[in-house]
Amino acid sequence: MPRGRILRWLIVLGGLHLLVACAGFLAPYDPIQQDREHPYLAPTRVHLVDAQGQLHLRPFFYGPRLKDGSFDQFEEDTSKPIPTHFFASGARYKLLGFLPCKVHLFGTAGTRLYLMGSDGLGRDQFSRILYGGQISLLSGLLGAVFTLLMGALIGTLAGFFGGWRDSLLMRLAELFLALPWLYLLFALRAFLPLTVSPLKAFLLVIVGLATVGWARPARLVRGVVLSAKERDFVRAARGFGAGNGYLLRHHIVPETSSVLLTQAAILVPQFVLAEMTLSFLGLGIPEPAPSWGNLLASLQQFSVLVSYWWMYLPAVAIVPFVVGYQGLANALHLDEAAEKIEVQRGGDPS
Amino acid sequence: MIQECAIFLRRWIGIGVFLASAALLLLPTAAISQQSDSNRELLVVPGEIGPTGGRAVVSLRAEPKTLNPLTAMDAPSREVIGAMQADLIHINRATQLTEPAMAKSWKVSPDGLQYTLVLRKGLRFSDGQPLDADDVVFTMRVYLDESVHATQRDLLIVGGKPIAVRKVDAWTLVFQLAKPYGAGERLFDGLAILPRHLLEKPYQEGKLGQAGTLATPTNQWAGAGPYRLKEYTPGQKLVLERNPFYWKADAKGNSLPYLDELIFLIVPSADAQVLRFQSGEMDLISRLGAENFSVLSRQQRGFTMTDAGPGLEYNFLFFNLNDLGEKASPEMTRKSKWFRDVKFRQAVSTAIDREAIVRLIYQGRGAALWGPVTPGNRRWVNSSIPHPARSLDHARALLKEAGFSWKNDANGEPNLVDAEGKAVEFSILTSSSNADRTKMAAIIQDDLKELGMKVQVVPLEFRSLIDRVTQTKEYEACVLGLASFDADPNSDLNVWLSSGGTHLWNPSQAHPATPWEAEIDSLMEQQLDAPSFDQRKKLYDRVQQILADYQPMIFLASPDILTGAKNTIGNFHPAVLEPYVLWNVEQLYLHNEQVNAAR
Repeated sequence: MPRGRILRWLIVLGGLHLLVACAGFLAPYDPIQQDREHPYLAPTRVHLVDAQGQLHLRPFFYGPRLKDGSFDQFEEDTSKPIPTHFFASGARYKLLGFLPCKVHLFGTAGTRLYLMGSDGLGRDQFSRILYGGQISLLSGLLGAVFTLLMGALIGTLAGFFGGWRDSLLMRLAELFLALPWLYLLFALRAFLPLTVSPLKAFLLVIVGLATVGWARPARLVRGVVLSAKERDFVRAARGFGAGNGYLLRHHIVPETSSVLLTQAAILVPQFVLAEMTLSFLGLGIPEPAPSWGNLLASLQQFSVLVSYWWMYLPAVAIVPFVVGYQGLANALHLDEAAEKIEVQRGGDPS
Repeated sequence: MIQECAIFLRRWIGIGVFLASAALLLLPTAAISQQSDSNRELLVVPGEIGPTGGRAVVSLRAEPKTLNPLTAMDAPSREVIGAMQADLIHINRATQLTEPAMAKSWKVSPDGLQYTLVLRKGLRFSDGQPLDADDVVFTMRVYLDESVHATQRDLLIVGGKPIAVRKVDAWTLVFQLAKPYGAGERLFDGLAILPRHLLEKPYQEGKLGQAGTLATPTNQWAGAGPYRLKEYTPGQKLVLERNPFYWKADAKGNSLPYLDELIFLIVPSADAQVLRFQSGEMDLISRLGAENFSVLSRQQRGFTMTDAGPGLEYNFLFFNLNDLGEKASPEMTRKSKWFRDVKFRQAVSTAIDREAIVRLIYQGRGAALWGPVTPGNRRWVNSSIPHPARSLDHARALLKEAGFSWKNDANGEPNLVDAEGKAVEFSILTSSSNADRTKMAAIIQDDLKELGMKVQVVPLEFRSLIDRVTQTKEYEACVLGLASFDADPNSDLNVWLSSGGTHLWNPSQAHPATPWEAEIDSLMEQQLDAPSFDQRKKLYDRVQQILADYQPMIFLASPDILTGAKNTIGNFHPAVLEPYVLWNVEQLYLHNEQVNAAR
């Protein structure tokens, strides 16, 4: 039962990630291309029926036109409908990060279609959310992998060897747990050089996140290792002359896998949110590259907050991901619990 | 009669400390102003005539640090001091011309070296003490005393020598300059006359810094401005009350100011100010961003939003043109070579879409700039400076002439490379607290990408940015803005003279680094000596032309001064000079029904 559940959540999450991974194909435009005639354009409505009541098979939209005497208020120019084209060729991109490609799911000739509106520099919010997801999710995933590697290593060392090593590492972990991570990252950022390329900034954010986040998984892993190394079959293996390396590889580390998986499902969305926080505050991915955090940064301005509701959309984008990961974490947790019960039953001689 | 009253009053103040009663203090002072009315030479100002009474609420972005004009450096302090202090000759913020203030008239000697000022009779500080030539002499002594470190000192050194002042009689003063100084009477604007009776002792004891702070009891501080401090709540507000001894009156002879109280709320963020204004807690608002201005303009809730037109603020991009010497890294030396090439700077300037900056950042409420003088400065702007439209082709041609070329990178995008084949990459610093300038840099980044330049935008905390630009000089390019305090070119001397500390692209030079900087230096010196406006204008026009030709600063845009006021406020005429809405604070009034409601 729980296995089926895990699978279901994995499929949901896989689909969501695939959407973001194929941002280049799904997004009609280059996320940093500015359209200076159309800042803060509300999402364009896509029509099937024109003003004359005629049905079109090809979806179309009306281009924007400035309202009289205004700088930022647009209305639909219903005089000329603009058709959309599927599998249109447009800006160059790399599919999945390596396949050079220029076909987009849909595109328009000339006037741009803003499915989710445009930002203050006239950049397509829809494309930016998709591309921004790549950076935010990747930093979450990579951050979680780094953290778990560090946590697993430190936790296993502490739990398996015990003694002063255990005390030292665990006190260190407590120190990291007590540190307010946000301020630690501020301090970390302040030490770094001024001009960091977007890629470096991205990697730094990940490393920064992992440096701060390893303590909790390390403690959990240590707990599992501590109990595992006292289990009968481990003692037996040791009795048969198995060395530390063999024990760790074959008996101890596999025991920690379910804890690590559950932790991963919890950590990924946390790290995505952490990246968003940093970028929101201007410490993460620098403009013009989009990330969900710096997309939301414009909401710090009161005028944007009250005037342009579509600037909230990046915040909505994160919701299915967080729900997905939480569902997965729950399912994994149930699975872990079920396994434990099975183990106990299996171990019970009656 | 006046003398007697003054002595009487001094005694009263002594007793007042024991009684600690403001109400009792007010009784005799009111009597004085009535009795001495016939001897006072009030300044009659034109304008709508309003009823007396009521209060207006405005806001400050930060807590003022002091009320003492000698030590005030920060904008909030200066704004409050502006309502509490008065000067001898004042610049009318609406006409941008000088007019008599506490000096009822002045004369300039033919050689332009002597200014003879005649004070009004019957002037008093806000505590009722008389103000006469002795106070002015004392004030000048304090401002010019090096050990005081007054912020005004630099302004009062003309031709390398401090301005000397001599008292002729109780109401007449002669100011002696070492060198002619174009429109020297403008120097008196904002030069607050200090109360000698309160400051003489602290001055002799070297404790001027402790006088006139926010902690000073209200009866121990005075000014000749329209308001005086009534109450201060740290972190929240300052309440100012009407100065009963103020020296201005309206056309009907009513003494000004009209409002009983002026309240400064301390509201740290621009957005919070907007919310307070919107909810009616504030009567006046200024320094609005274009986006907040349009949010407020769209709502009609009993206030009127006014676009006063382009102000004096000019925003610009500049490159590091310092001579970095041998300690610079080879990379920086290479970049420095690009930046020092006039053609490179001209190409950058030509590639920048200034209209887009005005449209996207100021929502059209601003002006594109090709020189430092904004259209808001009507008298001084050189309107013959060309306004070339954005042209990428022209920019490419300029770069080609300067030895740059293009090479395709791995993605097939053309990259600009210099004569040695190195890619043209640099970073632009902006202040992280200024969203407008960060956005400007983003637009420039995108514009220059089309030339094949790789530009990064680095938002930095303002103080460390200034430190990099003026001290360590570790930067490549920077977007900044400057706002002159006066329309006169002399207020920007420090920016254009190569020896100036605000000569941002290469500050505090011992000798001008380039021939055109030398020419600017000599033109600025000449205009100081030139006797007539027309001659000065001609010289300053040339300065503007040189700046436009050599582009040490690539001028971008100037925002409009955006303000708002409740409809109940009368005589609201925002100006493009600071203080934008409070320059005529003594004339602001509340429409009748409002005054009654307040009572």
